[in-house]
Amino acid sequence: MEIAVLALQGAFIEHEKMLHRLGATSFEIRQASDWNRHKDGLIIPGGESTTMTKLLHELQLFHPIQDVINGGLPVFGTCAGLILLGKEENGKSTPLHLGTMDMEVCRNAYGRQLGSFYTEGKVEGLANQVPMTFIRAPYIKRLWGEAKCLSEVDGHIVAARQGNQLVTAFHPELNEDLSLHKLFLDIVSSYKS
Amino acid sequence: MAENRQELNRNLAQMLKGGVIMDVTTPEQARIAEEAGACAVMALERIPADIRAAGGVSRMSDPKMIKSIQEAVSIPVMAKCRIGHFAEAQILQAIEIDYIDESEVLSPADDIYHIDKNQFDVPFVCGAKNLGEALRRIAEGATMIRTKGEPGTGDVIQAVRHMRMMQSEMRRIVGMTENELYEEAKQLQAPYELVRFVHDNGKLPVVNFAAGGVATPADAALMMQLGAEGVFVGSGIFKSGNPKKRACAIVKAVTNYNDPKILAELSEDLGEAMVGINEQEIALLMAERGK
Repeated sequence: MEIAVLALQGAFIEHEKMLHRLGATSFEIRQASDWNRHKDGLIIPGGESTTMTKLLHELQLFHPIQDVINGGLPVFGTCAGLILLGKEENGKSTPLHLGTMDMEVCRNAYGRQLGSFYTEGKVEGLANQVPMTFIRAPYIKRLWGEAKCLSEVDGHIVAARQGNQLVTAFHPELNEDLSLHKLFLDIVSSYKS
Repeated sequence: MAENRQELNRNLAQMLKGGVIMDVTTPEQARIAEEAGACAVMALERIPADIRAAGGVSRMSDPKMIKSIQEAVSIPVMAKCRIGHFAEAQILQAIEIDYIDESEVLSPADDIYHIDKNQFDVPFVCGAKNLGEALRRIAEGATMIRTKGEPGTGDVIQAVRHMRMMQSEMRRIVGMTENELYEEAKQLQAPYELVRFVHDNGKLPVVNFAAGGVATPADAALMMQLGAEGVFVGSGIFKSGNPKKRACAIVKAVTNYNDPKILAELSEDLGEAMVGINEQEIALLMAERGK
C-alpha cells in the first residue's frame, strides 16, 4: 500500500514511521507535482492548520486533494488534519478548509499549551485502550449526516469516521500504539479491493 | 515537573517542525505573520536588530503587550526571558505563554546558572552553538533547541557554523564505541544518558531549529538542508522592504527547501532585504552569552 503524507508543515515524519512499521510505503506531498503519483490513501498530519491551509492554496494542492477525498480516497487526519477536514469551525463554515466531513470543530478547544494532556481511552472498533496525546488540540463539537463518533473523552468527541475519512483530535503518531494506523490501513485495503 | 509534561512539551515542538517562527512586536505584525503561514510567533518589544542598535539592558517584554498578541492570533505565542531569570519565566508561565525562549538576545541575568527548566510546566526553547550546550540545556529541561546564530545581524554565518558544528559532533558520536561514550560525556560536560541517546539515534532527543541571521528564502533553505527542522526569523522579516511578501516566501521555502526551481521563484522581487551587519563589524557577540 502506498500512502501519500501531506508534508507542508508539522509532524509528518512521525506518521511515515508508523506506516513503515505496518509494512506500508509512503511518499511526501510538498508541491502540486508530488500529487500526480499513484496513492491508495492520504494522511494529513498534526501541525498548524493555518500554515497548512495557506500552503494548500498557494501551492495549488487544495482542489486536487479535495476532489479525490470527495471521490472516496481514504484519508486520515490528526489534530490539524481533523480541523482541515471539518465543514465548520466554531459555528462558522470554513470555505478555505477542505471541508469534506460533516462536522463542526472547536479549535484550540483545551486552551494553550498548559492545557495539553495525555490520557488513554476506548475507540470504537479497537479492542484495547488507545494512548491519546492532545497538543493544543481541537475537539469535535457536532457531527451530522454520515459522520459517526468513534471516541469521546470527558464528554467531547475526539475521533470520528465518515465513509473512508478517519479523524482524531489526538496524535496517535506520537505514541507507540499502531492500532489507529492499522484501522486506517484496513480502510485503505477495503477501498482498494 | 512530571515526566508527562516534559513529553507533551517536546510534542508541541514536533508540531512546529517544517515551520517558520517569526518575531513580532505588535498585534498587527502578529496577524501578518499568521496570515503569511507562520507556525508560531515570538512576541517581543523590540526585534534583535533594534535591541542591538539601542544597546543597554534588554529585558522580558511587558506582559500586556504579550497578551495583546495572544489575543490577536490563534497560533502558539512564544516570548523571551533573560538567561537565568527564573522570575521572568514564572511571569511568562503565569500568562500561559506557549513556549519560553531563554534567550541570549536579552541581557543575561545570571552568568553561571541557566533556569532550572524542569521546575516549570510551560516548555522552553534554548539556543546552542554546539552539541555540549544543546545537551546541557536539554538536561536542564529545554524541550526544543535552536542554533544561537548571531541575532539581529541578517548575517547567517553563525547559524551555519552552529548547525554544522552540532551535526558533525552528532555524526562523530554515532560512530563511537560504547566505552568511548563515557569520555565523550565528560568532554561535552553533558549527562551520559543524553550522549547515549545521540549515539543510538543520530539526533537530539528534542526538535532542533535554526535561528539567528536568517533573512532570505535562500537562507532558510540553506539551514533546512544543513539539518534544521524549522526556522526562526527575527529581524529578517519586519526589517525588510516588504514584510508580508518576504514572510510568505520564507514559509514556502521551508516546505520546499530542496527544490531550487521553487526557491528561485520565491526569491524574485522580494524588495529590499534587511541591511544587515557582517559578523566582523559587530561589537557585541550575543552567541557568547550563556554556555
